[in-house]
Amino acid sequence: MSTTSKVADTNGGTAARSGKPSKVGAAANWADERLGLAGLAKKNLRKVFPDHWSFMLGEIALWSFVVLLVTGVFLTFWFNPSMTEIEYQGSYAPLRGSYISEAFNSSLHISFDVRGGLLLRQMHHWAAHLFIGSMLIHMMRVFLTGAYRKPREINWVIGVLLLTLGTLEGFTGYSLPDDLLSGTGVRAADGFVKSIPVIGTYGSFLLFGDEFPGHSIIPRLYIIHVLLIPGLILGLIAAHMLLLVYHKHTQWPGPGRTEQNVVGFPMLPVYAAKAGGFFFIVFGATALMGGLMTINPIWMYGPYDPTKVTAGSQPDWYMGWPDGLLRIIPGWTEVSFWGVTLALPVFLTVILMPTLIITFLILYPFIDNWISGDKREHHLLQRPRDTPARTGLMAALVTFYVLALFAGGNDIIAIRLDLSINQITYFLRAAIFLGPILAFWITKRWCISLQRHAKEQALHGYETGIIERSPDGAYSERHLPLPDAKQALIVGRERDQLLELEPAVDKNGVERPHNRKERLRLALNRFWFADNLQPPTAAEIEAAHHHHDGHDGHELEAGAHDDDRDALVKGH
Amino acid sequence: MSDQSNLPASGDGAGHSRVPEPLEDQDVAPGLPAHVWRPTDVDPKAEKRAERQVAALFIFSMVCAVLFVVAYFSFEIGREIDTFLGFGASNLFLGLTLGLGMLAIGVGVIQWARKLMSDVEIAELRHPAASSEEDRETTLKALTAGLDESGIGRRPLIRNTLLGALAFAGVPLVVALRDLGPRNMSASRLEKTFWMEGMYIVRDVLGTRINRADLEIGDLLNGEPEGLVPNSEGHLPAPIGPNGQELRPALDHEQLLIEKVKSAVIVLRMSPGDIVRNPDRENWDVDGIVCYSKICTHVGCPIALNEQQTHHLLCPCHQSTFDLADSGKVVFGPAGHSLPQMHLAADDEGYLYAMGDFDEPVGPSYWERG
Ligand code: FES
Repeated sequence: MSTTSKVADTNGGTAARSGKPSKVGAAANWADERLGLAGLAKKNLRKVFPDHWSFMLGEIALWSFVVLLVTGVFLTFWFNPSMTEIEYQGSYAPLRGSYISEAFNSSLHISFDVRGGLLLRQMHHWAAHLFIGSMLIHMMRVFLTGAYRKPREINWVIGVLLLTLGTLEGFTGYSLPDDLLSGTGVRAADGFVKSIPVIGTYGSFLLFGDEFPGHSIIPRLYIIHVLLIPGLILGLIAAHMLLLVYHKHTQWPGPGRTEQNVVGFPMLPVYAAKAGGFFFIVFGATALMGGLMTINPIWMYGPYDPTKVTAGSQPDWYMGWPDGLLRIIPGWTEVSFWGVTLALPVFLTVILMPTLIITFLILYPFIDNWISGDKREHHLLQRPRDTPARTGLMAALVTFYVLALFAGGNDIIAIRLDLSINQITYFLRAAIFLGPILAFWITKRWCISLQRHAKEQALHGYETGIIERSPDGAYSERHLPLPDAKQALIVGRERDQLLELEPAVDKNGVERPHNRKERLRLALNRFWFADNLQPPTAAEIEAAHHHHDGHDGHELEAGAHDDDRDALVKGH
Repeated sequence: MSDQSNLPASGDGAGHSRVPEPLEDQDVAPGLPAHVWRPTDVDPKAEKRAERQVAALFIFSMVCAVLFVVAYFSFEIGREIDTFLGFGASNLFLGLTLGLGMLAIGVGVIQWARKLMSDVEIAELRHPAASSEEDRETTLKALTAGLDESGIGRRPLIRNTLLGALAFAGVPLVVALRDLGPRNMSASRLEKTFWMEGMYIVRDVLGTRINRADLEIGDLLNGEPEGLVPNSEGHLPAPIGPNGQELRPALDHEQLLIEKVKSAVIVLRMSPGDIVRNPDRENWDVDGIVCYSKICTHVGCPIALNEQQTHHLLCPCHQSTFDLADSGKVVFGPAGHSLPQMHLAADDEGYLYAMGDFDEPVGPSYWERG
């Protein structure tokens, strides 16, 4: 095992081979004489991207969006977003002769009478699930590792907007085929809009062009789905990527990785090949899903009829959590006074809650920054255990989300598990409040004990499970130092800084009032950081080292490792 | 980082809290590890093998693309669909060939990158996101110079009127959206349905009137007002009242869906003794036959599931449950108010008709509902 203690700080690796001007060179010359891009390209062609599996989540989102664009363009060639009723004459026998909308008719046409049409529809729908799901998990990754911190707050905000738009895009797309299930969703959307105080009724009229269902909703949703939202998403993705390139990707602490550098593979060739190859993997996986797994069989639901509904009506999963809240809120929250009605059971759950959560997510980096008082830039990621309160917060959010999602499937759970739907609902009404609190607390404590364990290992090595008996009969377990990469994760992180109230009287003797906001900030700061364990300092490691020198049996002192630890303790 | 903005702030202009300076040097992390050679770097045989693997994946992808074309033209879809293991053969093979072909390219390229491209990690220096002090100053100067020359600071009249004009410029765009909605957006439109006094209830699919004698105790029917169910020629008939008078002209087909949504009803017969008598709904039933709006008062799903013994009606969307024996009251779930009930009557032959429109709006709640 050999060690380099040098922190690399320039682009190195293999030397560029020089040779006679190549064809590529000639083409690049031609382009540069017209576009002058060499200045930009010189910085970016060999830009360094760090490698970690969790950095792939965002890529899945990006590539599934590309799949959505490609399959979506194909679908527009055949889809007809019209609510005009015609008699169905296509291949699907059970519906032949019934009057259905052009939208539903063309969706059936795509599914049954266009070769590859069903595949495209299914790929499109699967890719939509993948898009939203991967954005969600990518966001959790960014949250849990602190990648949203300065200077990346704006990119976080863009990400939250992308997730929101993606969800809306999913909902509008889900509504387009005008089948019974999607129509039920649109019907509910009408109720959602109407629940908005003061302006809801107008909102519904404006959205539907008439009383529900009107004749305009499908064409309107269509143009929103294929032009408006995708345009916004594309623009935001471009901004997201540009900022990513400008800030350079975050990286995990590790040997040679510091706040001042970025270590990884150059854009050309390795990163470009891996990322580009990954596009084909996402594309291929969606194609396989589209070929093998039926999704949204609209022909089984039949055309939309406002007087019909299928039992177990469910929105797509990403709309499931507001739908779940909608199910468990008791109806008595609806109030009427002074001649008006406040439809709170609907408004609170599907309009206000999502708005609040999105707002909270958008503001989170700034709240976090206010609590920590930290003005530095951060490029090294944090392990979730090293930010126990924040990880606990995510656990609370996830618990809330999952419970709400369960609530959204309460009828299905009741049937599958043979439970009473009322009891499930009563249980969830309590759990939705208590669950997140419990999850926060457990996770926070858990993280702290993981921290304790990590610090222990960083100072005294890990337990090998080998018990040794010393000549004088004492038993001890052999400890070995952690591998460099692991050690770096533990000792390489920044220590938390607790805020302090400035003295109540400043140096000129003028009294400085501590306002409430400051006190709140301080209390939150303590709550957030005070229980955390701090990484071992150089002195602590030194001390632990000497401690082991004194007690031979405690740890294996393989000769080579002495040098290692010296290098490690001294840093460079 | 040497940049000032990157140091922990000591004192925060706005608040009174400060971050103390770090106490000690914490830079105890080990340096960049040495590069470890891969088999493909040192063994020409392994290198050749990897090269062939990658090429094989690319060739396989080409084969898949060709097979896609073959599958596209050889499998029937539509009425005489070919099937394979219970799948539609066309969809299955198109998906498999497209998917495997794409995967092969992806796996091939990544394999190439992992096995054959240089795997030396390199490092690059970061720079603070902020521009240099110098750049900032220059920009600020340029900005100030530009603003000065425009005189925007010295001429508040122009500045304020310009701001006003820009604000007003948005007005036409917003107002032009008004006609997204219909001319008449009065909430009172939501209060009325197609129903009126003397209108017969018909079965929602067949369009035939319902006789009190047709219903046994426990039976449930879906109904619509006569005039909203197309006859066998597909035309909407004009509704005729009990005295043979035409109640209103036949409806334009265009409006059918809108009216149908609000007018759908359920008709249910229970034993008259089960009905909880409500003083102002004394004889709204006909021998225990009651009639309610079918549209859930929560967000408007059609209600479907009837529990015979309890006369409870469950909405499949969010499980609001209404008691049809007791004026449609909400007994469970998120709905905020009862199902609107219809005052029923029967003509001499026993056919059921409405004694008037619902006395409250059907469907989801809205602000003006009162
Ligand atoms: S629409 Fe009936 S419960 Fe929600």
